[in-house]
Amino acid sequence: MPSNNFFGKLTSDALPHVWYTLGGTAFMVLLGAMVALFLTKTNRWSWLWKEWLTSTDPKKIGTMYMLFAALMFFRGMLDALMLWVQQALAAGGQGYLTADHFQQIFTSHGDIMVFFVTMGFFFGLMNWIVPLQIGARDLAYPFLNSLGLWLTVAGGILINLFFVIGGEFANTGWLAITPLSEREFNPGVGVDYLIWSLQLSGLGSLLAGINFLVTIIKKRAPGMTLMRMPLFTWTSLCAMVLIISAFPVLTATTFLLWLDRFFDMHFFVTGFGGNQMMYFNLIWMWGHPEVYILVIPAFGMFSEIVSTFSQKKVAGYVSLVCAAIAITLLSYMVWLHHFFTMGAGANVNAFFGIVTMVIAIPSGVQVFNWILTMYRGRVIFASPMYWFMGFISTFIVGGMAGILLATPPVDYQVHNSLFLVAHFHTMIIGVALFGIFAGTTYWFPKIFGFTLNERLGKRAFWFWLIGFYVSFVPLYLLGMMGATRRLDHYDAATGWQPLFITSCIGFFFIASGVITQIIQLVVSIKERKKHLDKTGDPWNARGLEWSTSSPPPFYNFALIPTVTSRDAFWQMKQKHSSPKRLYKDIHMPKNTPMGIYIAGAAFVFGFAIVWQILWLSLLAALCVIALIIKLSCNEETEYVLPAAKVAKMEKLRTHADAK
Amino acid sequence: MQTQSDVKVFGFWVYLMTDLILFCVLFATYIVLCNNTFSGPSARQLFSMQEALTETLLLLVSSFTCSLGMLAVYRKRKVPALLWFLITFCLGVAFLVVELTEFSHFLAAGAGWTRSAFLSAFFTLVGTHGLHISVGLIWMLVALVHIGLRPFTAPSISRIFRMALFWHFLDLVWVFIFTVVYGMGHLQ
Amino acid sequence: MHHHPVALRIIGFLSSLLLTLAAYLIIVDPDAFGLKIPAAGAWILAFACVQFFVQSTCFIHLWNEKGPPWNLGIFISTLSILLIIIIGSLWIMNHLYCNMMPGQ
Repeated sequence: MPSNNFFGKLTSDALPHVWYTLGGTAFMVLLGAMVALFLTKTNRWSWLWKEWLTSTDPKKIGTMYMLFAALMFFRGMLDALMLWVQQALAAGGQGYLTADHFQQIFTSHGDIMVFFVTMGFFFGLMNWIVPLQIGARDLAYPFLNSLGLWLTVAGGILINLFFVIGGEFANTGWLAITPLSEREFNPGVGVDYLIWSLQLSGLGSLLAGINFLVTIIKKRAPGMTLMRMPLFTWTSLCAMVLIISAFPVLTATTFLLWLDRFFDMHFFVTGFGGNQMMYFNLIWMWGHPEVYILVIPAFGMFSEIVSTFSQKKVAGYVSLVCAAIAITLLSYMVWLHHFFTMGAGANVNAFFGIVTMVIAIPSGVQVFNWILTMYRGRVIFASPMYWFMGFISTFIVGGMAGILLATPPVDYQVHNSLFLVAHFHTMIIGVALFGIFAGTTYWFPKIFGFTLNERLGKRAFWFWLIGFYVSFVPLYLLGMMGATRRLDHYDAATGWQPLFITSCIGFFFIASGVITQIIQLVVSIKERKKHLDKTGDPWNARGLEWSTSSPPPFYNFALIPTVTSRDAFWQMKQKHSSPKRLYKDIHMPKNTPMGIYIAGAAFVFGFAIVWQILWLSLLAALCVIALIIKLSCNEETEYVLPAAKVAKMEKLRTHADAK
Repeated sequence: MQTQSDVKVFGFWVYLMTDLILFCVLFATYIVLCNNTFSGPSARQLFSMQEALTETLLLLVSSFTCSLGMLAVYRKRKVPALLWFLITFCLGVAFLVVELTEFSHFLAAGAGWTRSAFLSAFFTLVGTHGLHISVGLIWMLVALVHIGLRPFTAPSISRIFRMALFWHFLDLVWVFIFTVVYGMGHLQ
Repeated sequence: MHHHPVALRIIGFLSSLLLTLAAYLIIVDPDAFGLKIPAAGAWILAFACVQFFVQSTCFIHLWNEKGPPWNLGIFISTLSILLIIIIGSLWIMNHLYCNMMPGQ
């Protein structure tokens, strides 16, 4: 039962006193201080509040998601570095990390990369591009968009908070497997930090999922039927369907785990009739759709990129849509392949193994469609195409490894080995992350108004691709040789060390890639005047997003276009249509601080419940309820931009473009 | 052309589907664990079907009165709307009272959520439903205040409709709790 | 029915009431209906599903949507997810129980 002290379990022991908690705290304090100093010197506090933190504009929210994801990416990369160095050093010895610390690192590495980096980047790009692609001005629920962002940020702060208060994170692996994550084996706050950061960001993701689903279904421009939607929007829709189907399972399951820990319940404990295998069943029921949520949007991005840079419409639009839908449906029926070895027996394993292999079919169909799109096209090898080509190689390698893993007898050999680790990193890096890099490069001119430096982009790509293979091919080999995952040290006699060292060298290639990307950003910003996107359509592309200026005005479209076919913008360009300039009043959502307030109260609740400070958690919960009630009383959520003003702004904008 | 109210109702419906999935996980967990009584009290021994029937009827009638209240709202008639939703509210409170009494009896008999996995699952499933009912009651109170103090507009009618939808949804979930938890528990 | 909305709701209420009472009677005394326990369980589950449809029609008006039936579509896909969760979990956990629990 929970603690009775006024401060719950919080004591002065919770303050940082080991080298990594001191280091982490110092870094965060320094970063915060630098930002605060900058804002004070340039007098931008109220600008930050009014223009960004309270914004309901999906373009701004998208930018904030991407900045946040980039920040979390550095944390995740640092974790990866520490793991790699440990494994390279620890042949026969202890390396430089304790076992427990090592376990905390791989746990946080996984959670951060999955929940905050990949999902953060995708929600960021979707916020920017999906409304533009469907001819909408905003998402269906602008306030909910803001709330989703801030809940994700709250979760991200909570997952890093242990550096400052608590000193320990969960050591259970990213999914907090029972019974290790139960209070019996993990009485400290680490697991609770994991649970509540996942609950907050999971809720944020669920709200965003509902938002995008309704937006894509209900807010398309007139004439844009489902089969005229761009493929990125289609795959975003599929991912959102998966989000709303799967995230409730995560919420429920981590809630049950928390009930075990907090209220002494017996869902997954050893004894009292608890059933740990049920946790595996439930958590992977969420976990598998989650990994497809991470990759399906990338497929859509690549479909668009390959079409634009092959200067051809995409081959087999209908089959690509069917493939995305098929992958979506099937991904909810394969979760047992994550625990073939738990003992469900041959019949169950056979069913799930077969369905897992069937998913390869629509995935393969996509690859053929992409290659067919390039065939007889006049391919321009800009850097997004480089990422695409790299992705084709990694997708095939990772996919083949997946087929092997899908075969239960093979899986019995390589389950939870480095072969598995190599497979899923191939998919997440080689598909999701390469997709994010490709999509960000492709849509960067739309978002910021200038193109990125191509030379540095290509160099970064080569660092990443070479680094990826140098890092992960050794892991495939090690897995085949019997190396299990999550080893903090191993016998020198195994002969594994050279492969671990090679893998670690790969990391430094990847890190060079990341540094090159940072340099690319800095250089591109410096040279932006030379690379301005004056037309709004730098790549001669096909989707509606390219019909706006770069960056678009805050209302996206002065006039909502009427769509008559697929590749709507391409058709408009062929017809040389100039729309009649009959502007109407535009209803825009107002900014609101309620998103950040509610997420803030939720954050306090999460913190209080982790430390079992009961009065504070109750107070925070009441605050959330009160804020929601206040929200429901607020009728004035929109303002009107009069048609005359729209006309004036459009005139200024087109004049500026003409110069 | 879809109005903003239609869009809000659709989104709320999608949210209700996610809530349904959450309940489904709790149901699945309950079914898997319902025989793990760890030598403690079982469903057959604990549950009173009369209490369960009372709770079911209270919620069913409240769902009916809620729908009548919604009709009054569509017809923009304040007093009948207030009356029907007030009755719904009272029935909802009565439901909670019966449920909490039932829980306290179990706790007194040593059949709390710490006794066995079965009881953990029972209290969590039924308790989560009760938590949703409490949220629904708070929402109903706010709606009553709005109906009383503000005129009916399309957005406000839509908001009240979503509250009513939530209430109907909770009655639907209870039908399955009555059947699967209490009914099948008693039949064992 | 759309012209007699009160009638629809009364029918919904009365049908649900009947289904609830019928289920209650079966639960309390299955033998009186000549039912063994598994059959009784199947019957009350069937009553619950029917009551679900009755309430969906009469209180929630699930089928009366203007425009393309998105509400219905989302509901049907959710239903398939629910079935996968329940049937999948029970199938898997049953097998795990038989294979992995000691003495089974």
